[in-house]
Amino acid sequence: MSGQMVAGWRGAVALAVREWIRFFRQPSRVIGALGQPVLLWLLLGVGLGRSFQGAGGIGFSEYYLAGTIALILLFTAIFTTISIIEDRKAGFLQGVLAAPVPRWAIAAGKILGGGAIAWVQALLFVLLAAVLGPLEIGSLSLSLIAFLALAAIAITALGMLFAWPMDSTQGFHAIMNLVLLPMWLLSGALFPIPGLNPDATWGETLFHWAMRVNPMSYVVAGIRQHLDPAMEATGWIPGPMVCWMAMAGFALGLSALAAGMVSKQPKGRR
Amino acid sequence: MGEARAEGAVEASEIAYRYGDRIALDSLSLRVAEGAIYGVLGPNGCGKSTLFRLLATISPMQQGRVTLFGDDLEGDPSAIRRHLGVVFQNPAIDPKLTVLENLLCHGALYGMSRGEARDRAGRWLQRFGLGDRSHSRCQSLSGGMQRRVELAKGMMHQPRLLLMDEPTSGLDPAARLEFWETIESLRAQESVTVLMTTHFLDEAERCDRLLLVDQGKEVAEGTPAELRSDLGDAVLRVRCHGVQQAEAFRKQLLERLECKIEQSADQLLIDRLDAEVDWRGWLDEFPQQVRELSWARPTLEDLFLRKTGRSLAGDPASLPTDRPGTSRRRQGGTRA
Repeated sequence: MSGQMVAGWRGAVALAVREWIRFFRQPSRVIGALGQPVLLWLLLGVGLGRSFQGAGGIGFSEYYLAGTIALILLFTAIFTTISIIEDRKAGFLQGVLAAPVPRWAIAAGKILGGGAIAWVQALLFVLLAAVLGPLEIGSLSLSLIAFLALAAIAITALGMLFAWPMDSTQGFHAIMNLVLLPMWLLSGALFPIPGLNPDATWGETLFHWAMRVNPMSYVVAGIRQHLDPAMEATGWIPGPMVCWMAMAGFALGLSALAAGMVSKQPKGRR
Repeated sequence: MGEARAEGAVEASEIAYRYGDRIALDSLSLRVAEGAIYGVLGPNGCGKSTLFRLLATISPMQQGRVTLFGDDLEGDPSAIRRHLGVVFQNPAIDPKLTVLENLLCHGALYGMSRGEARDRAGRWLQRFGLGDRSHSRCQSLSGGMQRRVELAKGMMHQPRLLLMDEPTSGLDPAARLEFWETIESLRAQESVTVLMTTHFLDEAERCDRLLLVDQGKEVAEGTPAELRSDLGDAVLRVRCHGVQQAEAFRKQLLERLECKIEQSADQLLIDRLDAEVDWRGWLDEFPQQVRELSWARPTLEDLFLRKTGRSLAGDPASLPTDRPGTSRRRQGGTRA
């Protein structure tokens, strides 16, 4: 590795560590990112439990477990990337931009730090679900842990792409409501992805494709396959290999895009 | 001015910068000798923060050329940035982190190993009297202490040029004085060149040389003594009962006297007044207009007023017309 590379990673790790310290020193953020998805899971699980029948006889609470984990990843990623906007306002980011560290390291630090936080939060929930019952201990695996890590990176990089150009947290909230939450709704988290049958309505066809190009669909499907490999397929579900490849692709691709965006020099000479 | 060497630490020629249609810097040139404390003085919105952002390599150059210690500012950014210690107006330390955590993060961004960063952070904290606070969260420190942490952060990688943007704004007078003592000892012991922006007169007086800027242009340049002597030995300040009275009185005086009179709100500034003029009688002669008269050594504020017709403090309440008061304080990041 060249000197520039070493310096870059050193800076990235320092920024990731800072992200980590900051997050856990603000308990309200920890509770917000973990609490809301858990609450949703409990409320929807009880409320929709009886009326739900779509995924091969399993209850809604079980079906929705993968979606909850995906939501925890998404919320934590949103909360950590939103701090970019605060950093810009407070002046911390200026200090980083004036430092000799290469620009890509700023993106790498944010994605690594935010991704690690999201990952740990998701693991905490998985552990909680295993201890309290709805999840069988047997479904915890190294493969799941690795998949969650990849998913955390991909989603944090996605958040970074939206947060970097923003100059207000309000703007980011709009993006969250208009783009990120709908992405989660259309991921198979709440209802299965409609199949492409000859008798599918145009709405189902539209949903099918919207959900099929959505990175979140592969997060949810990948987690679900880990939690309950025997779950009967309803509608369209990407296979395990496809989920892994999609996740690796999204994690790498979105991170590269984020690094590219941060490295872009502002317009100069005219 | 001190024992500055011939080589320029900063040489800027004809730099210009605009935000859209608004001109922030208008072909500004400056030269800072190595080892000097150089001040850029001007009201809010005069372009000094834009100049700072250009020199700190945060804003891209649009026009003109700048060299730092002979190297082009637009060359290899990481090589240039290593020479720069930057202290921003907005705090750049993370309030949730401890003092030491902040400095370790900074060290890593400047390519230091953890051990090296720890050594240097310890040394600088000791030196700035913060040795026992290294494990305190920055949010728990006083404003003056936070500034010293910023300074430790700026000096930790041993820069040749310390760039500071209004470093003492928001500090109480005692903390400001302390900050200045630190700066002067740094210059003496570390032979670092200091370039700072300010709108405080007492601070400007402590600089070796000053550049007065207004609306992106140079108003005057020189040592504080040189600049002040531009106005002669003494000036007469007349405080009137109100802005309108001041205006009226100014007209009245101009009819009677051969001199230059500047107005700033309810104050008139008269320089190079003929010794024959008996201004002492004005208090009784114009009781409706004159409230206070003072005969004093000219200040930099007087010079600024004389050259630009505007007050350095730029208090928008006093003169509501013909000044760009509304565009002065812009949002944090793009302050000009």
